[in-house]
Order: sequence, then structure tokens, then C-alpha cells
Amino acid sequence: MRNDFAIIEPWITPNSRVLDLGCGDGTLLQHLQTHKDIQGYGLEIDEIYINECLTKGVNVIQQNLDQGLSNFTDNSFDTVVMTQALQAVHYPHLVLDEMMRVGHECIVTFPNFGHWRCRLYLAQRGRMPVSKFMPYTWYDTPNIHFCTFKDFEELCRTKRLRILNRTVVDQSHQGHWLFHILPNVFGEIAIYRLARS
Amino acid sequence: MQGIACACYTHHWFLKYMPESIPADSVGLVTPETITFDDPLTLACGRTLKGYQLKVETYGNLNTKKTNAVLICHALSGHHHAAGYHSMSDRKPGWWDNYIGPGKPIDTNELFVVSLNNIGGCHGSTGPTSFNPETGKPFGPDFPVVTVTDWVNTQAALANYFAIEQWAAVIGGSLGGMQALQWSMTYPERLRYALIIASAPKLSAQNIAFNEVARQAIMKDEDFYGGRYLENSTYPKSGLMLARMVGHITYLSDAAMRSKFGRDLRSGHLNFNYEVDFQVESYLRYQGEVFSEGFDANSYLLMTKALDYFDPAAEFDGDLTTALEQTQCKFLLISFTTDWRFSPERSKEIVDALLNAKKDVSYLEVDAPEGHDAFLLPIARYKQAFYAYMNRIIREVA
Repeated sequence: MRNDFAIIEPWITPNSRVLDLGCGDGTLLQHLQTHKDIQGYGLEIDEIYINECLTKGVNVIQQNLDQGLSNFTDNSFDTVVMTQALQAVHYPHLVLDEMMRVGHECIVTFPNFGHWRCRLYLAQRGRMPVSKFMPYTWYDTPNIHFCTFKDFEELCRTKRLRILNRTVVDQSHQGHWLFHILPNVFGEIAIYRLARS
Repeated sequence: MQGIACACYTHHWFLKYMPESIPADSVGLVTPETITFDDPLTLACGRTLKGYQLKVETYGNLNTKKTNAVLICHALSGHHHAAGYHSMSDRKPGWWDNYIGPGKPIDTNELFVVSLNNIGGCHGSTGPTSFNPETGKPFGPDFPVVTVTDWVNTQAALANYFAIEQWAAVIGGSLGGMQALQWSMTYPERLRYALIIASAPKLSAQNIAFNEVARQAIMKDEDFYGGRYLENSTYPKSGLMLARMVGHITYLSDAAMRSKFGRDLRSGHLNFNYEVDFQVESYLRYQGEVFSEGFDANSYLLMTKALDYFDPAAEFDGDLTTALEQTQCKFLLISFTTDWRFSPERSKEIVDALLNAKKDVSYLEVDAPEGHDAFLLPIARYKQAFYAYMNRIIREVA
């Protein structure tokens, strides 16, 4: 299992209801179904991923996150999860609003654009960073809203969201002592657990 | 003139469909059976059928635990013959042969598939063309108007006949999907999965309007005789033709018609009269003609009424979520982007109600140019998703 999933798992209450935005091939939901007996639903638009969810026995709804969650009622889920999709939606702040409306708690993971490699790349070359981890050119990328950890926390403050947990990891979702000292410089992926205040 | 217009299509279709040998992924030659039910059936309209017959085909084998049975529900003009061939001279296989057969999504190597003609139909089950034992004449217009719930009740009797306590899945497209939806509410414990394809929770005013045009076309035909045409040794051919033509337009998308016919002329020039100029006219006349020869007018009226009346939320103050709270099965819904008869939004109404009712549901919107008819056609993405979902069912029950 992916390491970020291992970090997320303890935050999920057994027998609870989980909505996974951009659920991919349904690995996380399947794992939580097996180990936490949750009732889960994934939203996804990629047809190959959707088929993998159908095969796994994971509930999957073909739905574009940019069209909101208006078909889900307030507080209808215990946890709404969105892993590595925040930077790919048109209006991240509105998606976050919708997540907080539908779920009691939210778990969000996203890549840190404030990582030292990004900073160095931009400073040295004066161009948008391209790496193995973020391999796209600026004009043709699904990642249209990069932010840094500081940016995200500022957004949470504006929205008066409570940060219950924050974990910073590298690309392979491992921790490091440096991340505790300067997370916005050394952390590559952030995992936030949020609630309304 | 019309005869010539049809000939080219007939020829073309013979070439396309006549099997030289039975394909390996076909259920092969099948023989329907007629099953008689002697228990009286009280219908939604309040009337009672003293007994009735169902024309049924089955494919595959029922396992000893009787857990691998799947029910196929047909749409407006469908019937029991869903897969395979009745004889080597059949010009085409059953109506859902694309999806039912060995190694196909509804895999007859693993599943026992039951397909029937609903009562009120005209392909062998009790309906308007059957003899009314009380009069010794065909029922004709005296056959009661039946509903989707009535059909589901006869299908439950059919399950009892096969000693099937619980269907692995009830599957249907369009009006067939409505039957699958009704099953989940009327007999919640008797199905594990419901697959509802290109369907809707109820008809819109526009849907009903098209049905009414079809009915008026039939009833205004001078050969209709108030529905007693059989006693007068005739039938409302032109009315049925018109009904089918207008129906057929709603089954195709604008894009499908454009790519199939465009503004192609049948004889290469305009005639400046009222005969067939455009290929699309020729096609519709042909479709109407073929249909009118094989379908009973009273059955058509009845089927369109069953569609119009379907509204399972009605007895729950119009709240579909409440209506679905009693369901126990898992659901898969599939819609097609260019279907304007039952558009994706109509499927989403069901999906959203199921989400609100906290039921297990998956939903897929297939990008397909074929319109409503897409649910019958071999479309790669639709087929793959169908496979994926059915495999999971098979793993569970077979």
C-alpha cells in the first residue's frame, strides 16, 4: 500500500462513511473496506480507473470534481479524502468548501511547490520547474494550481479550518527529521487532516 | 415505390446478419418455452388475470445452490429472444446478443440467464392477441393495462418456478432498467445486484408526449376498429408504422442520424413531389414497415402506457430517496452522452437518490454518439465496464 494511505488509515473511524475525490483505481477505498469496514464511494473520471474500481467492488461514480459536489447532502460523510488532486482542479478553494460541507473531516494531500528543488530550479534557470516528480511542461499539465504548504495553510486560516494533523513526506511518502524543521523547504508532499472550527 | 425503398435495406441486412455458422461466443440455437401460471394475478389496475403464460428463454446452467441466476428485462419492443438463434436461417440473433453469451459480459459459462416476454406483449406471453377464455375471442383492447410492478410480480412467479430465491442480478436497459429498479423496491431481498442502463426514474412530459403521438397514430388508423382489428381480420398498419417512426427518431441522436444519412438523396436528385427524397425517409419507412408486420398495436399502446405510468416515487410523495430506502441490492447505472430519450441526467436522478439513501451504487456515463440505442450496441467502453462489474458478480455467486 502507498505510504500516504498508511498515514491516512488511522484517521479513518471503523464503520464510517468515506468519500474519495479522484479515487484512482480504488486501492485506498478497497483497503479501508477490508480493514475498517467503511462504506466508501469514489469519484473518478478516468475510464480505466473506473473499470478497476468496478472490478474491485468499490463504489465509483463518474463525476468531475470541477462540477462540485451538489449531489451530496451536508454532513453526509464522516471523512472526505482527496489525494493528489487539489492542484488539478479549477477552483481548489471551492472544492475545499464543498469537502468541508459534505464531510465532518477532510483529508487532503498535495505536492509542495515550495520544496527546495523547485526553488532552486526557478532561481537558477528562471523557468518553471520540471522534474521526475512533476514531469509536465507549464502549458500542458493537469496540475494547474500549484501551491506551497504556507499557501495552503493561509487558505485554511482564511476559511477558519482547523488543522487536526499535518504530516510532511517525500515523494515515496517517507518522513525525515528535516521536514519537521523546515517543512515548506524540505517536504515534498503534505497530508492535512482538517475540520471545521 | 416504398417496396423498392425497402428492398435495398433488406438485402443489405441479410448480408450482414445471416449466420453461415454459429459464432463461438453465441449461446447457439435456442428454443423458447411457454410456462403456464395458474394462480390468479391481481394487477395494479384492480383487475385480475385468472392465469397467464410466459414465453421464456434460458441460457447457461443453474448451479446447485441456485445462486447464479440473472434476469433480463426487455424494453418497449423487446421480447424473450435476447440471445442466440432460433434457426440457421435467422437473419439476426437475439436483441442483446452483443452482451449475452459464453465469454460475453453476461457470461453464460458462469451464469443462468432467464429472459422472458412480459405479459401484455405480443411474442407468446399472455397479451392482447391471446384468447380471452371468457369470450373465446382475442383480448384485444380488453386486455388490462399492466404496469412495471405487474411485470415484476410475474417475474417473481417465474423465479419461484425455477426455485430461484434470489437473483444474482436483474438487468435491463430503458424500460427494462425500470423493471430492475422496481425489483429492488418490490422484492428487496430477492436480488443481489440491479443493473439499470439508459433508463429513468419516471417519464418526463416530453417522453409522454412522444408516446401520445404514437398512440394517436395507431388509434386514428381506420383499420384500428377500436382495438378489435383482429376480429375484423386486419390491423392498423400505417398507424403502427407512424408510431414506430416517431419512436425511432427518439432512439437515435442527431449526430447518429447525420452520420448515417446526412442529407443523402435516395435517387440522387430531388423529385419535387411527396415521395421519398432523402435516405432518412426511406430508412424510417422501412423501420416502420418491418415493425408493423411483427408487433401488435394493442401491445404497443399498452407498453407505452406502462412507461407513462412508471413512477415508483409517487407513493412516497415524489421522494425517490425515500422510495429507495427499502432496497438491499447493489446498483450499477450506465447512461450514454447522446441519449436524449433518457439522458444521463435522468440516470443521475436515480444515482443521487441512491447516494442520499446511502446505498451501494456505481455510475458510468459512456461517451457514445449512438443515442438511446447505444445500450443495445457493442461499444468498447460500455462493454469493458459491463465485463468488470459482471466479473465481480460472478466471483461472488458462481
